[in-house]
Amino acid sequence: MAIVKAKLDQGPPNYKEMLPPVITENYGKWDYHEIPSPGVLKHVAESGAAIFSVRVASPRLVSIDFIRDICVLADDYCDGFLRFTTRNNVEFLVSDEAKLKPLMDALTAQGYCIGGTGPSISNIVHTQGWIHCHTAATDASGVVKAVMDDLYEYFDSMKLPAKLKMGLACCLNMCGAAHCSDIAIVGVHRTPPVINHDVIRKGTEIPSLVASCPTGAIRPDPKNKSVKVNDDKCMYCGNCYTMSPGMKLNDARNDGLAILVGGKTSNARSAPSFSRMVIPFLPNTAPRWPEAVAAVRNIIEVWIANAQKGERIGEWVERIGWERFFSLTGIPFSDMLIDDYIFSRETFRTGAAFKY
Amino acid sequence: MTEKKTPLLDELEKGKWPSFVTEIKRAAVRSASAAELLPLLERSYRERIGHWKHGGIVGVRGYGGGVIGRYVDVPEEFPNLAEFHTVRLLQPSGWFYNTKTLRTVCDIWEKHGSGLTNMHGSTGDIILLGCKTNQIQPIFDEYSEAGFDLGGSGSCLRTTNCCVGPGRCEHACYDTLDACYNITNEFMDELHRPMWPYKSKIKFSGCANDCTSSIARSDCSVIGTWRDTLVINQEAVKEYAANGFPIQSQVCAKCPTKCLTFNKETQELSIVGEECSRCMHCINMMPKALHPGKERGATILIGGKSTIVQSAFMSWVVVPFMKLESEDDYEPFKDLMRRIWEWWDENGKTRERIGETIYRLGMGKFLRETEIPPVPQMVFRPRANPYVFWNQDDLDKSGTMLDGSAL
Repeated sequence: MAIVKAKLDQGPPNYKEMLPPVITENYGKWDYHEIPSPGVLKHVAESGAAIFSVRVASPRLVSIDFIRDICVLADDYCDGFLRFTTRNNVEFLVSDEAKLKPLMDALTAQGYCIGGTGPSISNIVHTQGWIHCHTAATDASGVVKAVMDDLYEYFDSMKLPAKLKMGLACCLNMCGAAHCSDIAIVGVHRTPPVINHDVIRKGTEIPSLVASCPTGAIRPDPKNKSVKVNDDKCMYCGNCYTMSPGMKLNDARNDGLAILVGGKTSNARSAPSFSRMVIPFLPNTAPRWPEAVAAVRNIIEVWIANAQKGERIGEWVERIGWERFFSLTGIPFSDMLIDDYIFSRETFRTGAAFKY
Repeated sequence: MTEKKTPLLDELEKGKWPSFVTEIKRAAVRSASAAELLPLLERSYRERIGHWKHGGIVGVRGYGGGVIGRYVDVPEEFPNLAEFHTVRLLQPSGWFYNTKTLRTVCDIWEKHGSGLTNMHGSTGDIILLGCKTNQIQPIFDEYSEAGFDLGGSGSCLRTTNCCVGPGRCEHACYDTLDACYNITNEFMDELHRPMWPYKSKIKFSGCANDCTSSIARSDCSVIGTWRDTLVINQEAVKEYAANGFPIQSQVCAKCPTKCLTFNKETQELSIVGEECSRCMHCINMMPKALHPGKERGATILIGGKSTIVQSAFMSWVVVPFMKLESEDDYEPFKDLMRRIWEWWDENGKTRERIGETIYRLGMGKFLRETEIPPVPQMVFRPRANPYVFWNQDDLDKSGTMLDGSAL
């Protein structure tokens, strides 16, 4: 067998080879778009040409069989072109309007889920969880599956007050933009690391490990050639565990989920905003996390009942006030929801006008 | 081999949403490692704890990243997962594909790996989940031959990504697909050979809707904007009105700067251009009638990152407007990035993102040393305290009193 030597630094495949002819011909000349039905976008160019995109859910963790299946559909109905979205949906790119309905029929017949456009819930951006990450406090794909099964009626329709973008991060690192999502589900650790001195002695750079702690909870322990943790200062972020495998943080009895709401990244109407914690802890009830599913549904239903048309969750809460959010949703407030980290003071109410 | 039954995971094959468990089962038909992932995950579901060890160092010749080592913590029970590494491949701009390219991804991965993927990872790469150490170099060699390259991992420029842009969006204020492709190719060394204090990300969004969430998810956010006044097509406005679209309540009343007025008599929309903050709301609501202005470019923002470890930061403005119309316009952007990275490399601590370094040392120092001119667009509001770090060299050190006498 001939030895193939890799070319270095050749960069990504050229996107120009991935575009259907209607896009190449109308590149940068799109005029407007419409959403003819949930999950279908119609983009019209200045030339009058149109392209239809049919958005389909994906579990993100997909086999090559899944990819080959969607390739067959793209060959049959889309001249071999498709794309993925930032939220891991698949978009079939239909240039010939006559093929739109047959594609949708085929997708439906084969069990694909069409939706996620306009005022709907789109796919939940999420992390690896127990499938492939060492710091995970929960599974990611399983929680997403359980929540999306429950919220499916809001995926294949467009009846929400506004877009609903959810994120799930499986630990306090908060990968996956959970920190700026309308609703975020975040895996949380609640107990300090358990130190394995042998592992630390074997291959950990102790000064780096000490420096990695944002609250100064880790101190060198020269006698042991290891470190000590001041448990009272630890907020379980896991930064030390990333520095050393000898600082194991996972705790089956005490890990779980927190819920944050009100973030967004779009600038439309109001500045981008962070998600804010409203439920500090829910148990890790695998395989279907009923407590988290119910908590998310409650927030969404109260939002639907109270928001003005076009209001994202954060815009709605900021209009009515967070104190009203808690009274309307019935979610209990506690000191755990009051920030005591670096940028806390800006969240304290420095005024005497509020509601109940 | 452990118990093959997976009653807990099987629960996740029920319901309408597509199931990742079904996907693992499909891969398991032809892959021993995918087949072992099922009982391992079942065990995690039962015990409510993960079984992956800390990553180890694995890689390919010539690069410092692109592959992430992953090892199970119970290799004696799951020998096929003893090594289960992740390979990151750079995706095409905008995640556009032809089916030939996608099938190539599948064919090579079928030969060397588990058959499981993420389409795509949160940063944007094609993620190939699960291969053995001795397969890493052959995987890279074959993908390289087929025109693919590895993505970023470690303390490097991470894989960049962009929105659909002018490929299929009327809002795109610059060519996100081309900018992402061109600029990624420019910084191949920074992407493949980690050399910085920590990771650094760039995301390209064509307008302030920021569909890549660049402001939250990237150290450098390139967000399309315009400098003149948005364009109004009055005939299309009248059409919206005739169709009963509530222009006053849904567009004018929700405009954050109240710069839009709808005249019921003439059925026309007017704007006070100087007051518009270019937030995109009205354009989103009436895409047939309203378009971004003609003088287009991008705002460059710096500092975005997730929570770990100083709290989440959103990127903040460092250049309000930069033209990005042609390859020549990319040069000032590349030059800016090089200055910013060099400053960070010199001043940043290990595992400190650029935003954290700027926060620790001050925007003033950052701006002076990277030669970026300060402008009011950089802040929501100026400082409320008088504690300015005056440059003592600029002050009167003449050694004489104001009346000319010696001190």
